[in-house]
Amino acid sequence: MTGKIVGMPKGLLYHYYYVLWKNFFDALGFRVRVSSDTNKRIVNTGIMSAVDEACLPVKVFYGHVLDVAEQVDYLFLPRIVSVTEKEYMCPKLLGIPDMLKACMINPPCLIDTTINLRNNNSQIYQAIKEICAIIQVPLKDGIRAWQRAEKAQGDYELYLQAGNLPAGFNSNLGEYPIALLGHGYNIYDAYLNMGMIHKLQDLGARIWTKEMVPKSIVDTYARKLPKRMFWTFGKQLLGSGLYYLEHNQVKGIIYVASFGCGPDSMVGDLLERWARRYNNKPFMFLTLDEHSGEAGLVTRLEAFMDMVKRRVG
Amino acid sequence: MRITFPHMGNLYIVGRGLFEYLGVDVVIPPPISKRTLKLGIEHAQEFSCLPLKINIGNFIEAAELGADTIVMSGGVGPCRFGYYAQVEREILKDLGYQYDVIVIEPPDTHFSELLQKIKYLSNGKSLWQVARAIRFGWVKARALDIVEQKVQKVRPRESVKGAADHVYQWALNKIDLAGDVKGVLDVQKLALEKLEAIPQEKDKPVLKIAIVGEIYTILEPFVNLDIEKHLGRLGAEVNRSIYLSEWVNDHLFLGLARMRSGKEARKFASPYLRHFVGGHGQETVGSTVRYAHEGYHGVIQLAPLTCMPEIVAQSILPVVSERESIPVMTIYLDEQSGEAGLLTRLEAFIDLLYRKTDWKKENIK
Ligand code: SF4
Ligand code: SF4
Repeated sequence: MTGKIVGMPKGLLYHYYYVLWKNFFDALGFRVRVSSDTNKRIVNTGIMSAVDEACLPVKVFYGHVLDVAEQVDYLFLPRIVSVTEKEYMCPKLLGIPDMLKACMINPPCLIDTTINLRNNNSQIYQAIKEICAIIQVPLKDGIRAWQRAEKAQGDYELYLQAGNLPAGFNSNLGEYPIALLGHGYNIYDAYLNMGMIHKLQDLGARIWTKEMVPKSIVDTYARKLPKRMFWTFGKQLLGSGLYYLEHNQVKGIIYVASFGCGPDSMVGDLLERWARRYNNKPFMFLTLDEHSGEAGLVTRLEAFMDMVKRRVG
Repeated sequence: MRITFPHMGNLYIVGRGLFEYLGVDVVIPPPISKRTLKLGIEHAQEFSCLPLKINIGNFIEAAELGADTIVMSGGVGPCRFGYYAQVEREILKDLGYQYDVIVIEPPDTHFSELLQKIKYLSNGKSLWQVARAIRFGWVKARALDIVEQKVQKVRPRESVKGAADHVYQWALNKIDLAGDVKGVLDVQKLALEKLEAIPQEKDKPVLKIAIVGEIYTILEPFVNLDIEKHLGRLGAEVNRSIYLSEWVNDHLFLGLARMRSGKEARKFASPYLRHFVGGHGQETVGSTVRYAHEGYHGVIQLAPLTCMPEIVAQSILPVVSERESIPVMTIYLDEQSGEAGLLTRLEAFIDLLYRKTDWKKENIK
């Protein structure tokens, strides 16, 4: 037990890999401190610290980093370039550690290791070695912790696949299955999307996500594209989106995009085009930014659910 | 088969040269205009990259002139450019255009596939003929860059404003018309002589400003509102982090020629941005450092709004600017950008650079 504290910002890839890294650091005897849930203060700090042109999730991420940075020994800020062969994360995620370094005045010790499995899955061991060197633990402990963490993450992904939403949401509500698609931070950050999941559930929607679609199905449907989609989340969104378009039970699809998001401008648009060609269920493209108002969102969600219910009824 | 390809600065001259050399029917899209942009905005997703929007406008306008085949370069990510052709094909399809889209992907995939595409595009010409056509395009690209670099030097010093641009326009036209290598080289030589002959105030103090950033906005005057011309008239000598032949080399000739490589820029970037971020983001940071070392007075970063690699670079440039002591200004361009607003910002930036520069010390250097 080192008792040292690793800070983890609750933004961007947190929504995908929290279980993995939390288990990793726990197993090594570190305490993980996660920044607060997104709130007004975090959003405002982010907006003030990041460049105006950045997308909202990146701004909010700045807010989370600055929220947690002061009270920790280490700040977990890895550069996740790729988690899958021949695929990439968004360019902004490739640059995020350097972007934040340029804005923090007195940062704690950074764990800014690069993880790039694009050409070679075993690079992860190189990354773990680097992390171990930074936090000063023996490599063999690190590898053992990694194996445990990977197992926990695998179990968690299976749990989501079984039709569950992440902690904090009730998966069993609603009678009209609706696919709610988008980057994890847009779907699961209830402050950022103004409680979209709850609002939809109140309107009778049962939420299906891309995390509920097994990888093999995503791959099969993504293969329909004439060219391999190189963004990992883009591929998941297109693969699961095309699957849900054909799925009889799914009554409608909502795509949630961040204003100015590069991948969303292509992935969301392609999906919308396919949906229009299929023309078999309502599709809605929703854009979030710092100026999005709650009233406008409610109106659009209501109109969408009315349409769904009319088609079903 | 009537081939077309997107505009990007002087690229059309290179493309026309290459394809016509092969005897292929090529349709150059009409020069980018307000209408081109309007068509793109109308049919592309709202926050698509500006270059993608203009590509769409180009293709619609080329189709009106009878083009039926698009040639584009591709990519493997991480930036959007690698997927442009895919999205553009779908947009055009939904609009009812029957385009055949041929994408020259980096040879990350299969070299044999590439050869097949070339064979198809060249109407079955021999590889030897293809190689000669490529060389011809290359000679044009180099000539364009050489003349342009001279123009950038003359603009701030010419006694009669506009003289250098007059020669430049003449040279563009002549290089475009030249039908063989010798013809191109003759124009290049003559253009350099004409530029040299322009009356200039040679010892006037001139600011040196570098333009860095996203390639399309740097190379396409319609999008950057002719920023280089404005800077020249305001008395600044301009250099750019990317010239056309470098792009042509990387994307179309698969890096066959050895050029000032991105490697160098990446090395300079490493204290600030230690990883590539797609597009030219790392080059933007690295070039800014290099220009600071080379004694430039200021750097202007250009990018289309929402450009991901440049947003990364912009977030880091304040630190670079401070540590390398070089003023940096970022200008985002989109369909709303206007020339008046741009001029005001350029004038203010130039004022700032003049105030910061110690001309006496400068002369000793
Ligand atoms: S994927 Fe989109 S929302 Fe996420 S960081 Fe990149 S640009 Fe921003
Ligand atoms: S570099 Fe910028 S303009 Fe080019 S594809 Fe990427 S986001 Fe678009």
